[in-house]
Amino acid sequence: MHNFEFVKPSSVAEAVAALASEEAQPLSGGQTLIPSMKARLNAPETLVSLMGIAEMQGVCPDAGSLVIGAATPHATVAAEAASHFPGLAALAGQIGDPAVRNRGTLGGSLANNDPSACYPAAALGTGATIVTNAREIAADDYFQGMFTTALEEGEIITSVRFPIAEKSAYAKFLQPASRFALTGVFVAKYASGVRVAVTGASENGVFRWAEAEAALSQNFSADAIAELTCPSDEMISDLHGTPEYRAHLVGVMTRRAVAAAR
Amino acid sequence: MSQVKMKVNGREVSADAEGRTLLSSYLRDLLGLTGTHVGCDTSQCGACVVLVNGKAVKSCTAFAADLDGAEVTTVEGMANPDGSLGTIQQAFQDYHGLQCGFCTPGMVMSTAALLADNPKPSEEEVRHYLEGNICRCTGYQNIVRAVMAASGQDAGALAAE
Ligand SMILES: Cc1cc2nc3c(=O)[nH]c(=O)nc-3n(C[C@H](O)[C@H](O)[C@H](O)COP(=O)(O)OP(=O)(O)OC[C@H]3O[C@@H](n4cnc5c(N)ncnc54)[C@H](O)[C@@H]3O)c2cc1C
Ligand code: FES
Ligand code: FES
Repeated sequence: MHNFEFVKPSSVAEAVAALASEEAQPLSGGQTLIPSMKARLNAPETLVSLMGIAEMQGVCPDAGSLVIGAATPHATVAAEAASHFPGLAALAGQIGDPAVRNRGTLGGSLANNDPSACYPAAALGTGATIVTNAREIAADDYFQGMFTTALEEGEIITSVRFPIAEKSAYAKFLQPASRFALTGVFVAKYASGVRVAVTGASENGVFRWAEAEAALSQNFSADAIAELTCPSDEMISDLHGTPEYRAHLVGVMTRRAVAAAR
Repeated sequence: MSQVKMKVNGREVSADAEGRTLLSSYLRDLLGLTGTHVGCDTSQCGACVVLVNGKAVKSCTAFAADLDGAEVTTVEGMANPDGSLGTIQQAFQDYHGLQCGFCTPGMVMSTAALLADNPKPSEEEVRHYLEGNICRCTGYQNIVRAVMAASGQDAGALAAE
């Protein structure tokens, strides 16, 4: 790994200032960035740790939403969100393994936007608001394809506001070697309708399955979507599964999530 | 270079580390604590797990400088004060929870983290918690037995695979 200058500010303002320097990059849990620096896919000159910033930590209910600091580790979300938003907490508790959950963070996951990551499904499936140092971004505008987001250079996610669902669940079909989702579906029921977000399946990253949302908004039961199939166009093809296999999994995982929702 | 201080196995330590110095190399190369093993160096195997402020962390996937001031426990810290094997280590020996031993430091530290949270885990909870610790030798059965024994439960009653 190439060497770099390490800085650890204690406020968002200091972090933003440090990120203004040439070739600077934020570091949260490092569970994605450190392996990619070892592989020399990233070689920042300055690494700005966000893990010393108290205002970016914590899980806090606020007027029908759950606001989670971007630097909150997955394990903390799994434990502290459980009584407020069980579907979201259960998703966080299924990420990777215990050691990954102790370091990896919400903000790091959403900034990275891996096409097989779990949190993007929760953010899109709840219609969350991504709060940065500069603005608020609706999840529908935030995810812009595999590893691509609306974030600008030097912009950092500070927290995420998740509207609490009446019922929700995440159904993950585990890819056991990577521990990511081969395909995962987050389903959330609100008074205004149902949202269904799919990860791990599409070459364009996380997406909403509109037909299933319409059917489930009429009748929130697995039977309501028994006849629906998700089109396999532009789905990922790799040694783990064909596009048709993934499209089939989307249907199965959506029905499982609906059946499990609480 | 910057001075990075930690409390490792109850002892205050300090060493000059580069930005890129991983916790695993801080422990092994700068402090000479080679009990922590680096199996994959790609965050996959769990051989390098240590406790950071009581929580299981892959030491190959954290920078030492980011953990300045942390309390760290490694497998060297799991022995009894007289140098004899601690309860978890002894259970791994008694139940043949290792063959080559490469994964063992990570297994012992993950077990310590599990039992601190959940002193009497079920077999299923043990298997689930150790998902991030890969062993190429044992087939896991005896590792699970060792963890059950270390938690004072009946290790003989495990279902056969
Ligand atoms: C073995 C293993 C299994 C895993 N399994 C899963 C899984 O099942 N599901 C899953 O979803 N993920 C999984 N992950 C990924 C894990 O969840 C990571 O923690 C996460 O993707 C990145 O979060 P991080 O805090 O570690 O970010 P980092 O690695 O520190 O950073 C990732 C990227 O985001 C940028 N960044 C970090 N924080 C911010 C911020 N606040 N604002 C803007 N940019 C930021 C960084 O510059 C970097 O480009 C796994 C990882 C490993 C090693
Ligand atoms: S050496 Fe750290 S996870 Fe394998
Ligand atoms: S004992 Fe050899 S890898 Fe586990």
